[in-house]
Formats: sequence, C-alpha cells, structure tokens
Amino acid sequence: MAILHVNGKPRDVDVPSDTPLLWVLRDELRLTGTKYGCGVAQCGACTVLVGGQAARSCVLPVSAVGDNEVTTVEGVGGEVSQVVQGAWRRLDVVQCGYCQSGQIMSAIALLSENANPTDADIDGAMTGNLCRCATYVRIRAAVHAAAKDLRRS
Amino acid sequence: MHPFTRRESSRRTFLKTGVVAGTALVVGFRFRPEALAASSPVLNAFVRIAPDDTVTVVAKHLEMGQGVHTGLATVLADELDADWSRVRVVDAPADASRYANLAWGAAQGTGGSGSIANSWMQLRKAGATARAMLVAAAAEKWGVPASSLSVDQGVVSHPATGRRARFGELAEAAARQPVPKDVALKDPKDWKLIGKETPRVDSIAKTDGSARFTMDVYLPDMLTAVVARPPRFGATLQSVDPSAALKVPGVTNVVEVPAGVAVLGKGFWAARQGRAALRVEWDESKAERRGTHELLAEFTALAGKPGPSARRDGDPAAGLAGATKTLEATYEFPYLAHAPMEPLDCVVKLEAGRCEVWAGSQMQTLDQALVAQTLGLPPEKVELHTLLAGGSFGRRATPNADVAAEAASIAKAIGGRQPVKLVWTREDDIRGGRYRPMFVHRLRAGLDAQGRIAAWEHRIVGQSFLKGTPFAGLIKDGIDRTSIEGAVNLPYAIPSLGVELHSPDVGVPTLWWRSVGHTHTAFSTETFLDELAAAAGRDPFELRRELLKDHPRHRGVLELAASKASWGTPLAAGRARGIAVHESFRSFVAQVAEISLGEDGMPRVERVVCAVDCGVAVNPDVVRAQMEGAIGFGLGAALWSEITLDEGRVVQSNFHDYRTLRIDEMPKVEVHIVPSAEPPTGVGEPGVPPIAPAVANALFKLTGKPVHRLPFARALEAGGRA
Repeated sequence: MAILHVNGKPRDVDVPSDTPLLWVLRDELRLTGTKYGCGVAQCGACTVLVGGQAARSCVLPVSAVGDNEVTTVEGVGGEVSQVVQGAWRRLDVVQCGYCQSGQIMSAIALLSENANPTDADIDGAMTGNLCRCATYVRIRAAVHAAAKDLRRS
Repeated sequence: MHPFTRRESSRRTFLKTGVVAGTALVVGFRFRPEALAASSPVLNAFVRIAPDDTVTVVAKHLEMGQGVHTGLATVLADELDADWSRVRVVDAPADASRYANLAWGAAQGTGGSGSIANSWMQLRKAGATARAMLVAAAAEKWGVPASSLSVDQGVVSHPATGRRARFGELAEAAARQPVPKDVALKDPKDWKLIGKETPRVDSIAKTDGSARFTMDVYLPDMLTAVVARPPRFGATLQSVDPSAALKVPGVTNVVEVPAGVAVLGKGFWAARQGRAALRVEWDESKAERRGTHELLAEFTALAGKPGPSARRDGDPAAGLAGATKTLEATYEFPYLAHAPMEPLDCVVKLEAGRCEVWAGSQMQTLDQALVAQTLGLPPEKVELHTLLAGGSFGRRATPNADVAAEAASIAKAIGGRQPVKLVWTREDDIRGGRYRPMFVHRLRAGLDAQGRIAAWEHRIVGQSFLKGTPFAGLIKDGIDRTSIEGAVNLPYAIPSLGVELHSPDVGVPTLWWRSVGHTHTAFSTETFLDELAAAAGRDPFELRRELLKDHPRHRGVLELAASKASWGTPLAAGRARGIAVHESFRSFVAQVAEISLGEDGMPRVERVVCAVDCGVAVNPDVVRAQMEGAIGFGLGAALWSEITLDEGRVVQSNFHDYRTLRIDEMPKVEVHIVPSAEPPTGVGEPGVPPIAPAVANALFKLTGKPVHRLPFARALEAGGRA
C-alpha cells in the first residue's frame, strides 16, 4: 500500500512496487487520458508531470514517485495549460488524438520553463513524443501560438 | 445508389464480387432505434434531434484521425441547416442494413479513402429529408404552407408572420411526419458549412483526456489479457507450462487459444509480467523460416522472369529493342508495420447467448461475423460498439478480424466468466505481422532518337494479401490489383507499355497499409520517370506536363504545386527540389519537396508544397491536415521504417528500431486545394504516395544518385546500391 499524490489528491494504491506509474493511473485510478503507446519510453504517449517535470510514466516504477505530485491531463490547470489546450483546439491539431495528451503534457512542461521557445527548443522538448498521424506541423504552430498567448497575458 | 464510377479496387468494391455477401454476414441485423434514441426523436438513421436542440449525427464510418466524423456531420448539417455549434456525432451501431459502406455493397466498414465519397449523396439526402420533416411539422403547427417557411441555424421561421421555432421544439412532431421520397438538395452556392472550415467535432475531447478509445474501456470485473504468440509466423503451440506465470501477483488465468497462450490478469501489468514468466514451446515445423535476404533474392530472380500481364499497350519488347537508349532499375521495398499509436486492442463481454464487443473497428460487419463464428453465436447476437481508434492506417481492417476474434476466443476460453480486454503490446504489434508486403520492382524503358519515352516495361513482385481471404474474389486472372494499382493505370502517354505481376507465397501475414499499392508503385514510377527525364535532358516537371496532356486533373495539381513551389527558380546552394504527382482513390496529389543534405547523408526535407484535387473539399482545413499528416507519415516510412526478418524472426520490436518520423524531421508544409465542383473523393490516403518519390527526385537532383531502395537509411547505408 502506498499513497500517491495525483492531481491534488492523495490516493491509496495497493500494487506491486515495480508497477509502472502508467498502469496505476490507468488500471487503478481510471485516469485514462494518459496513454500506453510503447512501454519503453520511446513514444511519449504516457507523459505526465511528476514534481512539475515531464516524465514517461510507462517506465517509472510507482515506488520511485515518492511524495512528488503527479499531474495528468485530467488534472492540469492554470495559465500554461489553458493556453496550450486553447491553442491545440484553435488550430485543430488533433487527428486520431491518442498521443495528444502526452504531446500536451510535454508542451506544458516546456512552456512552464520557457515562455518563448524557438523551433530548436520545441524539437528538443517534443522529439520524444511520437505522433503517427504526424500532426507535427500543427503541434509546432500550437506551441508557438500558446507561447504568444502566454507572453501577452 | 452511388452515383460515381469506380476505377480502383483496393477495399471499396470487395462486396461486388459476392464473396462476402454470399456468406450472409449482413442478413437479419435489425436497426434498434431505442439504442440510439434515448429522448431524442429519430428523424432517420443518420440524425436525431433532442429537445435541447442538440443535433446528433450518426456516423457510419470509423474516426481514426482522418476527420471523418467532422466531415460526415458537415455534409448532413449543411442540408439540414443546423446550427453547427449544436452538432454532435455518435458512432453508428454495427448494422449493415442501415450503415453499409455504399461503395462496398452490403458491408459496414471504412477504407479506401471512400467515407465521404460514398456518404456524400446519402447524407445530403438524410439532412435534406430531416429538414423537410422539420419544415412540415412547423407548417402543420402554424397552418401555413411549407413553401412559405425558411430554415437557418437550427431555426424554422415564417418570415411573413415572424413566427420561429427551434429544431428541438419541432423534432418530436417532425419525427411523426411522413418521410418525403424526393427532396431537393441545395445548390452549391447555398452551402453554409460545406467548403468552410468548421472546427473538428473531437478537438475538445482529444485535448482534455476524455476521448474514449478501446484502451480506455473498463468494465466491472474486467480482466486484461496479453497473448504469447510464436516467434515465427506459422508456428503453433507445442506445450506450455503456466506454473510460473500463475504465481505472478494479479495473474488469474492462463489459457490456450488459437493465436497462442493468453495470460489474463487484474490489469495490464499483471498480465504482462505473467506472460514474461510463461514457459512455452512452439512447433515450428510449418513456420516461415526465410529471412529478408533470402526473400529478396527470390523476388529479384522472379523480377527477371515474365509474369501474368496486367496491362499491355503496343509492343513493349519491340519498343525496348528499337530504342536509342534504354534504362533499367530494380527497386526494393521493405515490409512495413502500421504501428498506430493506440496498440491493437478489443474488449469482449460474453454472456449466455450474446456478446458485446468494443473496438475501433474498421470493418464492423466482418468483425461482428467472425466474433460470432468464434463464439458459435448468430451475428445479430454480437453487439459491436465502435469507438474512436487511435490511428489505424489499415491495420484495424483485417479479413480475419484477427484482434476481435482473438479477444472473443479468450473470453470463450474462460467461459465468459469475466469481461476481457485484449491488449497487444507494442512489441506484439511490431512483430505480429500484417505488414505492407515487401516488393521488388523491375522497370525498363527506352527512349527514341528524339528523347521521347517509346516503351515502358514494369514488373512487380510481391505477396497478395487478398489471397486466401474473403476478398480473394478480387483477384482476376492471377492479378491482385492492390499490388499494381498506380502502376497499371500509369497516366503518362507512352505508346508501348506493359505491367506484369508475380505474387509469390510467403508465410508472413500482410495487409493494406495507408494508400496500399500506391505506397510502392508511385515511388518506382515517379522516380524512374525522373531518371528518364535526366537521360533525355528534359526538366521533370515539363516532361510530366507533356505526358499528361490528356489528364487535366493530374496536370492541374502538377502545375499548381510547381507554381506555388516556384519550380525552376534558383535555390540556395546545397538545396534541390523534386516533384511527383499521383492519383489514388480518385484524388490527385502533386508534391514538390525541397531538401538539403544532412551530415549523415540523409535527405533533410525543408519544405513540401502540396496540391490536391479531391473534388469538393468538404472541410478544407481537414483536407490540409490530412495532406500534412500523410506527408509526415509517408516521409517517416521512406526515411527510416522497415521490418526485416532473420531466419523468419522479425528483427524489430518497438519504436527504437522501427523508426518513424519525429517532430524535428517534419518539414514545413503548404497545402493548396484545387477548387472543384466534382463530387468529393478521398483525402485520408492520397497524400502519402507522392512524398517519397518527390524527396528521392530531389536527392537525385542534388547528388546525381537515384534511390532504388527504401527506406533511404538502408539505401544510403548500402552505398552503391542506392
């Protein structure tokens, strides 16, 4: 039994300690916005924030989370996430949508640190997030648009 | 029913052959309006309107990213004069009597980039019919002639008296009106949504985590299953020792199923750990043991021998013999996995005498029938819920319903005691087959004394994925058209032209992959044409224009792309442009790729200018999105992707070695849509074929070396073989 802090709430979970955080979020807590795509930190569909940093939950054993706050797409709030989700919707970035929670979490992590990212910064922060629909043109545009909104506000 | 002629076969005409229709897959399914209706009056199979004015459009096609829910709703809502902000979309139940793909005959399913094309008149009529019933209800209520009423934005009004009623107020009375037989459709000039950039209907749910995919289905007491499958295709289970697996915490069952051994557990992690602990022996006596090198050698040898003829104009042999200059090239294309972001999955809940299935199903009728067959149930006892699919690219449309039938077999093996979610891990997906087949092409062509292409001989070698399936009836005289589409209908004016096909048997399961045969035929034909242009001292764009003089839509996109890309103007040092044009699924796409050379010798694609003619662009922004995505999808495959076999075992296993495009490799993309009044055609696939040859042609221009092998990474690694 362990206590996880997820989206601002303490949650009791009873799972083997090597269980990846991803499967605790999904199978135990039913936070299904965080997706399984590869299981080996190669696709980024499982990206969440752990202690404010982007993390691949598919390879993070639940025992390693400790007291760090875990934030999933269901629990994001505040200015950065609003501008990111707003830009994603305005530009109709999504296609199949399966990777987009992870894309959005990576973008939130990037813009939380850097409100004026260059294309190279975006590449650096987002290359770990695969999109098989290849919505990359719009992801890039949406990150820039969100950054602009952030700077304006 | 369906007003358009069809020239290609890929997926859309399979039922015309009768092979599936004859199995009575679709007989006896009854539409159950109560499942849909709730409190919303049903105006017809495609639309219901709630008292709160919500217009619910019933989508018969799978949303797998291509924007079809948005497109279908747009077509219906325009004729209905609905308020777009009140439009919602739900997936249709599996019911081919109402929701068949009209281009496929009597089966429900999505593919061949034909969703909008086959739904176009059907949904316009459905929208117009519902509108007429709403108008009739208002006319009756107000005692005025229907012709005196107008409709806009979900409101029926009587201008003479200023009376108004919202759709929600009229829906119940409208549903009781007689259904008009003939309704007038709008003149295109009156369209308010078609051709406009309405926002996607799924953007919000797909950006807040609430969109529900099959992976997200959780039922009470549900178990998760993963399956141990043999390491070589065609092997079977010899023996299994489940004891270690059953000791893993959370593992509940280990059962033998036709696909292998299923391990079930309370959640994915338990099932996966259980599978890792499983000890299995396989009988590989009937397995495919050839590796990529052996297959390549066999295919290449076949490419040197005449095969069944698919097209013969003039006399290609004589044309080649009499040519002033001849060129020859052998092309190699690898197996490709679809690797949709959502791994393959399916949920099955089995109860006495019936079953429910949740899946991102691309062929509901087949999935339903084969689940029924697996369980020994009549098809109408299988209730299939179609959910959003996290990508497919063809993988969720399998002739043997592999994933759904496998899930059903597991549910059956545990006696239906608990619902089962089957999950294929990414490794299962990459190693599990159903690949775009490996192909070898041999092209020979001859130029006459004036430098004109006098003869063209194209021989294609690769597996038929229709053979041995319910779609085998599409193979005519030994020719599986899905292997040669794009080559057999080469549009260029060449007097002597031959296309031949060999379809050798290989024990590797294969399948259609986004744009099907065009994935390889566009590459070989469009790059070989550039080699011929170079040999003749001709500009590749000008040569295409000339050879396409009788193909105005090809020429239209070719000229538009060239013009927007400033074809022929100087570029910075180290840059080059390449052009390609290709028709697929009745849409026409040309792309100009501008590239530089990376330090690793790989092309770096800086910019792609794309022109598309897809008839009426129902939603131009979705069309652009599909072109952008297709370019990235096709480019990733061309640069990096391949499945190889070592003594029959798949070498790759996950995204680290089955590499696909990442954001840092995505070029800038500009999409230009040819204005058109033609009926709409597909956009999901047609953006894929031109990108690889456009990039290869730019690389040829830049380096002088043609590319004869995909992916580029392999071609460049092989050095002289490229």
